[in-house]
Order: sequence, then C-alpha cells, then structure tokens
Amino acid sequence: MKVLIPSALRSYTESGWAEANGATLAAVLADLDRRYPGIRFRMIDEQNRIRAHIRFFVGGVQARDLAQTLDANAELIIVQALSGG
Amino acid sequence: MALDTEQAAQTAARRVVLLVATRKGAWLYHGDPARSAWRTDGPHFLGHIISHLRLDPRDGRTLLAAAKTGHLGPTIFRSTDLGRHWQEAERPPAFAAVGAGAEGRAVDHTFWLTPGHPDEADVWYAGTSPQGLFRSDDGGINWAPFSCLNDDMLYRKWMGTVQDGTPDGPKLHSIIVDPRDAAHLYMAMSSGGVHESTDGGKSFHPLIDGLEVVEGFDRGDATFHDPHCVRLAPNRPDRLYQQNHCGIYRLDRPATTWQRIGRSMPAEVGDIGFPLVVHPRDADTAWVFPMDGSTVWPRTSPGGKPAVYATHDAGESWQRLDTGLPAGDAWWTVKRQAMTADARDPVGLYFGTTSGELWASRDEGRTWDCIARHLPEIYAVEAAELAV
Repeated sequence: MKVLIPSALRSYTESGWAEANGATLAAVLADLDRRYPGIRFRMIDEQNRIRAHIRFFVGGVQARDLAQTLDANAELIIVQALSGG
Repeated sequence: MALDTEQAAQTAARRVVLLVATRKGAWLYHGDPARSAWRTDGPHFLGHIISHLRLDPRDGRTLLAAAKTGHLGPTIFRSTDLGRHWQEAERPPAFAAVGAGAEGRAVDHTFWLTPGHPDEADVWYAGTSPQGLFRSDDGGINWAPFSCLNDDMLYRKWMGTVQDGTPDGPKLHSIIVDPRDAAHLYMAMSSGGVHESTDGGKSFHPLIDGLEVVEGFDRGDATFHDPHCVRLAPNRPDRLYQQNHCGIYRLDRPATTWQRIGRSMPAEVGDIGFPLVVHPRDADTAWVFPMDGSTVWPRTSPGGKPAVYATHDAGESWQRLDTGLPAGDAWWTVKRQAMTADARDPVGLYFGTTSGELWASRDEGRTWDCIARHLPEIYAVEAAELAV
C-alpha cells in the first residue's frame, strides 16, 4: 500500500510517499522498517505503543490499534501531531 | 628539557573542540591553538532535541549524539568523521518489552553518554529518562539494557514514577567509570540517589550516607535523594564531588559518608546548582555554578548576577569568579551537563546557558568571554582535544 510519510521521517525514506505491504497496521510498519531501518522505533515504542505525537489515518479515519486490518488498496497517512514549541 | 620541548610541541599540535548540545540541534566549536578564536560547525540535526554529544577519547574521532524530536522517539546518531556524516544506531537504548497487560516502561530520551574504560574499546554507557542504564559493546551501534537495575524491584521503587521526577523527566546520569578498574562504576539518579558497582554492573548499592534531603523526608531512603551531578577527580580517582539538590558534597573513598562542603559558600548565594567540574590535575580544585534554589526554585543566577565559584582546598573555601560575566540583569543558569573543562595548562573552562550563550575562560575561570550567542537552550557542553 502507499504510505504518506511526514516531513520528520523523510530522512529515512527521502521521499513523501513510500510503499509497504501487510495485512495489519503492525505488519505494514514492520515492512516499512525492513525497507527503512530504524523508522518504526521513532513511531512505536518498545512496549508496542504508538508514540504520543504520532497518528495513523487510513481512508480518513484514525487507526489507533496496531492490530487493525488494512485494505491493501487504501493509503496510510502518518501524521506528526502538535507537540509544542 | 627535551621532554618539556616535546610535550609543548604535542600540546601545540592539539586543539580544543567544544561539543554543544541544545534543545534544537548540536554545534561544534573548533578552537585555534590559543583557544582565542572559534570556528562554528553547525547546526547538526537542526530541530532535534540533543541531550548529550560526546567524542570517544579512545579514538579521537567517534562522536555519539543522543537525540529525539518533539514528535519522534529517541535514538542515537554516530559519526566517525567528526560530524561530516552521521548514521543512526541500529538498536537504540530501549527497555525490555513486557507482556500484554503489564505496564512496561519506554525510553523517552537518552540523557547521558559515557565512553567506557580505555581498556574496553567500543564500550559506551547511556543513562535515560525515565531512569535506565544501557551499554553498547560496538561503539554505539547496538544498545542493550545493562545490569539488573532497569527491572530490579528495589531500584524501580527508588526511581519512582515519571510524575516523581524533574520537570523534563526523571533521569539516570553521572555514569562514571573508575580509570583504574573497568568494573568499578558509579551512577546517579534524579531522583533515586548515587549508586556504586564494584562487580562490573552485576550489582549496585546506594552511596547516600551524609547527603541531605528535602525537609520532612527520610534521608535513609534513596527515593528522596536528588544528586544533580557527580564527578570523579581525574588525578585522584578515590575522590568524588557532588552537586546535589541539597548542597555541594565531597567523598574520599573508601569512606562512604559524604561531607557537605557547600556550607562555606556565601550565604546569599547558597550551595544549590546543577553542574560541577573538577580540575584535571588538581583534585583539590573544583568549580560550580550556583543558582537560586529558594522559594519556588527560580533556577536562575542568584540575584541575576551569574558567577562561577571555585575551591582550591577541596571545599574548605570558595572564591567568586565573574570577571567578564554580566554584572547584573542576567537571569540564566547552567544545566548539569553544560559546564566542562579541557586538559590544557592553564585549564580552559566552558559553560553554556539556558539562554543560548556559550562562555569560555582560558585561565581557569579568572576571566570569561562569550564565544557564541543566540543558540537554542544549551543542554550540554563537552570539551575534547583533537590532533591538528
């Protein structure tokens, strides 16, 4: 599926859009990390929790659970939420 | 005479570089041989929160930077060419994952970096927020939890919760490796006290006797101890100095009871602060940077008049050193990692302020010059020496 990468993470992908495959949000992020090592830990902590200022949207709806299944034809949008000055 | 000449030539062939970590990136300041002119290299990682930047003294070229951003999780960046190129650690410090239903901890940021013993090439230690101790055996590429500390129930009790910590998170810091013995370690936690290991980190024990705590609390409980900065005297490794939330202390091992040496500071200044630096060749000489720790803890220079204080008799007396510093209306202070010394003769002292100024003294603190202004809030300053 196509994944829109926020500016804070484009040092890994070097472009705004990336490709990653998987049946769930967790699987897509794992595939993204295989392609761009280190990128997952910047978004997901060691206890498998989504970090405080990272949001995932699929089809305009926020995905809050890493186990959520994803439609391969959908687009995953990763957002860096507000985090102060 | 020949030896003196050779030593002088070697000194002249080296230059000091200051490693400045800030809330919005990192900078390197390369000094000329006289330490009078400084070339700026930066920003590196603009917008990243850099808590600490260290050069490996064993190879003179490997830099590690402890980084995170407002949005992203923590990581370590590594350079082997003095910052021309950076690579991210493959496995940054992270606590062990716990099973579903359990409340596991996550590293918010790596706060402190310490190169390992000279005999243990490529070993580094890291302290994190919340309090965790980590070690790398490959020069900072892969990190793993070190010792039993991170999951020990008693140590977890002493660490408290995130809500119990300092304003930007509870921290493990002041990781010290005894230069005579790689298995002899010290570390400190804010809060959680000072601790020692004599078995290479297999176990730690508290070293808090003699330290005061906030009124009304039990000084026998490490939970209530807040060491701000612990330093070992390089030429007398049995001597430790400490700037604590409750005063300045000295400990001469094998004694285990800290002596409060800040009582001899001027009453109007007090002995509260964060950084402390020890002379590289004179264990009786140390410098502190006091701050206002009264009432609501303004954490500014007392009276808006910043000054370094020096002792040359191991804390029996202190002298104010403020020539060149603002005479008043300067409401900044210096964080625990943001004051350091080089190993030149006379020693160069350096500090970075919460208002983004970098100050230097080429004469052991007697006179001061501002060598950079308008930087972001400075979190850490380290001095390293490079071959020209």
